[in-house]
Amino acid sequence: MIAIHQFAFALLGKLSWSQLPQNNIERGGAAAIVLGLLLVIGTITYLKRWRWLWREWLTTQDPKRIGVMYIVVAFVMLLRGGGDAALLRTQQALSVGSSSGILSSNHFQQIVSAHGTIMIFFVAMGFMFGIINLVLPLQLGARDVAFPFMNATSFWLFFVGMALVNGSLVIGNFTAAGWLSYPPLSELKFSPTVGVDYWIWALQIAGVGSLLSGINFLVTILKMRAPGMTLMKMPMFAWSVLGSMSLVAFAFPMLTVTLALLALDRTIGTHFFTSGGGGNAMMYVNLIWAWGHPEVYILVLPAFGVWSEVVATFSRKHLFGYTSMVWAIAAIVLLSFTVWLHHFFTMGAGADVNAFFGIMTAVIAVPTGVKIFNWLFTMYRGRISFKTPMLWFIAFVVIFTIGGVAGVLMSVPAIDYQVHNSLFLVAHFHMMIVGGVVFADFAALTYWFPKIFGFRLHEGLGRLVYWFWGVGFIVAFVPLYILGFMGATRRLDHYSASLGWQPLFIVAGVGVALIGIGVAFQLLQLALSIWQRNQRRDLTGDPWNGRTLEWATPSPVPFYSFTKLPVVTDRDQFWADKESGKATRQEYEDIVLPKNSSLSVVIGGLAFLFGAGMVWHIYWLALLSLLGIVATLIIRSMNDEPEYRMSARTVEKLEHARLRQLKEYEAYHQ
Amino acid sequence: MSNVTVADHDEILHLTYGKYVLGFVGSVILTLGAYLLATHGTSSKTVLAVFLAVFAIAQFVVQMVLFLHVTEERGTHWRLIVMSMMLLVVIILVFGSLWIMNNLNYRMMRSPKLMQQYLKSQSVL
Amino acid sequence: MSETAQMIEQRREHEAAEKTVFGFWVYLMTDCVLFAGLFAVFSVLRHNTYGGPNGHQLFDLPYTLGETFALLTSSFTCGLAMLAAQRRSKRAVLFWLGVTFLLGLTFLGMELNEFHGLIRAGDSWRRSGFLSSFFVLVGTHGLHITFGLLWMAVLGVYTWKKGLTDSIRKRLTLLSLFWHFLDVIWIFIFTIVYLYGSLNV
Repeated sequence: MIAIHQFAFALLGKLSWSQLPQNNIERGGAAAIVLGLLLVIGTITYLKRWRWLWREWLTTQDPKRIGVMYIVVAFVMLLRGGGDAALLRTQQALSVGSSSGILSSNHFQQIVSAHGTIMIFFVAMGFMFGIINLVLPLQLGARDVAFPFMNATSFWLFFVGMALVNGSLVIGNFTAAGWLSYPPLSELKFSPTVGVDYWIWALQIAGVGSLLSGINFLVTILKMRAPGMTLMKMPMFAWSVLGSMSLVAFAFPMLTVTLALLALDRTIGTHFFTSGGGGNAMMYVNLIWAWGHPEVYILVLPAFGVWSEVVATFSRKHLFGYTSMVWAIAAIVLLSFTVWLHHFFTMGAGADVNAFFGIMTAVIAVPTGVKIFNWLFTMYRGRISFKTPMLWFIAFVVIFTIGGVAGVLMSVPAIDYQVHNSLFLVAHFHMMIVGGVVFADFAALTYWFPKIFGFRLHEGLGRLVYWFWGVGFIVAFVPLYILGFMGATRRLDHYSASLGWQPLFIVAGVGVALIGIGVAFQLLQLALSIWQRNQRRDLTGDPWNGRTLEWATPSPVPFYSFTKLPVVTDRDQFWADKESGKATRQEYEDIVLPKNSSLSVVIGGLAFLFGAGMVWHIYWLALLSLLGIVATLIIRSMNDEPEYRMSARTVEKLEHARLRQLKEYEAYHQ
Repeated sequence: MSNVTVADHDEILHLTYGKYVLGFVGSVILTLGAYLLATHGTSSKTVLAVFLAVFAIAQFVVQMVLFLHVTEERGTHWRLIVMSMMLLVVIILVFGSLWIMNNLNYRMMRSPKLMQQYLKSQSVL
Repeated sequence: MSETAQMIEQRREHEAAEKTVFGFWVYLMTDCVLFAGLFAVFSVLRHNTYGGPNGHQLFDLPYTLGETFALLTSSFTCGLAMLAAQRRSKRAVLFWLGVTFLLGLTFLGMELNEFHGLIRAGDSWRRSGFLSSFFVLVGTHGLHITFGLLWMAVLGVYTWKKGLTDSIRKRLTLLSLFWHFLDVIWIFIFTIVYLYGSLNV
């Protein structure tokens, strides 16, 4: 006979008061999240906007809205991941000799792991899916993606993953085993707390969302292009998304498998990666990188697509070498499945295996090089306008090339033995992901911001952002190349003073501070631009003299996107129309759009409960939530026609209202 | 002959009785054949393994064509293209992993005595 | 000749159905990669018996052959259900769907029985890396079968209540693709896990 309160506690799994934050920095982080949440909830309640939020944003199936939500989450996570980075840099600048800095070893490792996990899965992936949602359907001349309900659900699963990672800051702890949490360290024996479980389930849930998005965008590109738009007439951004989503579809299942097997090891006692019982920990390393390498190309290919759009537009020239760009994407997609061992050259494979993967790694640099040359050739004899997006491109070329050649250096196994897991490696991949992907995201945001929101961002502040980020980034990471050669390994939270590393760590810390100022300017730029939005209205829908179909829509894009779906005959159709002076006659047709659905949010909520249940071993909750998701899907399936139709006349009325509003904005420019 | 989509003249998949019967009979034969080979086969293990693989691949093709209609598509054969990509990725991942793990296991998971011998042979010691 | 509103609507729905079938196909391809990962793990760990029993000692091939025929036949009867849908015979669809369901249930029951026997004998997933991979690979397939059966039941109810509308027939197409795909995966489980296992390859 157990007492009622004992039974109640048993229902709560591993939850207990002792899982709340134990030191002041942790408490600070938890407080930031809780207070931030309360602030958001409070503001919405005060402004009485819950209904609006629910109707216009949370239950939407409009990819333009979903894209904005992805980007908002990604940007907030950038602040969190950046905060983590600041803590890490501070620790490494201070923790020399007799000083132990501001963080305990275990805490430092948790922050390192959180930083990497958040930046890759929630910042980079978030920006990427956000931009694709915003831009891809418009570029293809479509009103939506192939499966709108699944698209919304993917966003909520992404959101839930983010919530779980941040929840670990409020109660429990996060994995201290790195952003990929290798076993045996991540096995139950050596990581008995909930940290690794938070990591597993956050990524598992977000990963399902990503996989569904991959399928969604793939089908969208193959099946929903405007009439006349053959694949070879698609914008290059769309090609890059096609390549990236193929990788998502074929690589993410490997992540699903690997995380599941680790979870099983930690819950039901299997022996996949245990050190004993017939497990093989290296198999984890093999599998996770079989996913992990395609993942970095998943991130970088759409970034390359952004550059293709930006460079062509701001050079006022069509993209050089369209066909070779397509082949380069195809080559990268195929080759990205043949290089994954280069992430563990030093872990025991023989010369034959290492040589093969080393050669393939060197080879994969070639198509990337082709792309960079094509962008430069696009600029050659173009009429270049150095607006902010183009500035980000220049920084990209410099930084990505430096990082890229560092990568080619490391593709030689013998050299990699010297620098594997050193700060040289850390500098390399930051230059690739930040210089390549994040800078492209910033350029994309500036470039497409007027299209989505109807007004431009402040250009002067944009330049300040650029300079602080660009210079700050170089100051933060070039010292790491030097430190790597001097023998500094990654994830170090303390080192001896006699090594002479501290000055370089301090310089790197200054770089991070500069980046921090850049981020502050980003927030300022956003706030100021919103404040001044009426003076900054984009009245034409084509603020940059663009080339592709999304610029043929008004700014901001109405929820139905096009009054009549376009018919395409050329690459860069919009540019061709402008050149030929084709009259822009407004035409109307009946429009069918998906209805809003609360079920995506419900699935998200149940997924969160499932994740929390699995993390805290509250298995009854996990099971019920899972059954709830199945039930929700069945309920959704009962609904045969979740669409509504607008007559052409209704669309016409909406258009007239929009044009009237535009006339009012014009007055601000008088 | 209409089928599972909207209008009577459009088709996604054109189904016939004969295809399913042929697929079923073919699969039964290949399954039984593999089973008998495995239980009564007298060749070496490697030879048997190869034959079993051949039977499995053959049955895969039979079912893909006759049950899953992978060769039937109006316009571009996207299903076939996507499947081919999947097969390529699967082959690379599975055989790549086997190659890597075998290599690692051979070099790294030895008893201490054998490890010493191996390191000596590599002129490391 | 301009298209009537009805023709436009029909074309739109046809394109939507084709899109959905293709999207589901892409999902099936990703599921193949998922199983490939599990097969890779199984192949690497197949000899890691940690002093415990191996496949040759554990597997009952005639029993597994029986399971295999149950599933294979159910794939065939699923095809017969699709033929019935093509000729719009609701009763035949329900009949063959029912047979498919029973055969699938038989397969699942036989598999659960096999698992139960192993666990009772102490040869569960905890015993060794080999057994972990066996249970998870075969078990994942079994989980897919379970979802398939649930889907079949729900769709059967819809068919019974709403008849063979365009939407229902599209869903039956998706279900049949799923069910056939599960038998294709089983070909490889039968060969690589059971046949190779019994030969100790």
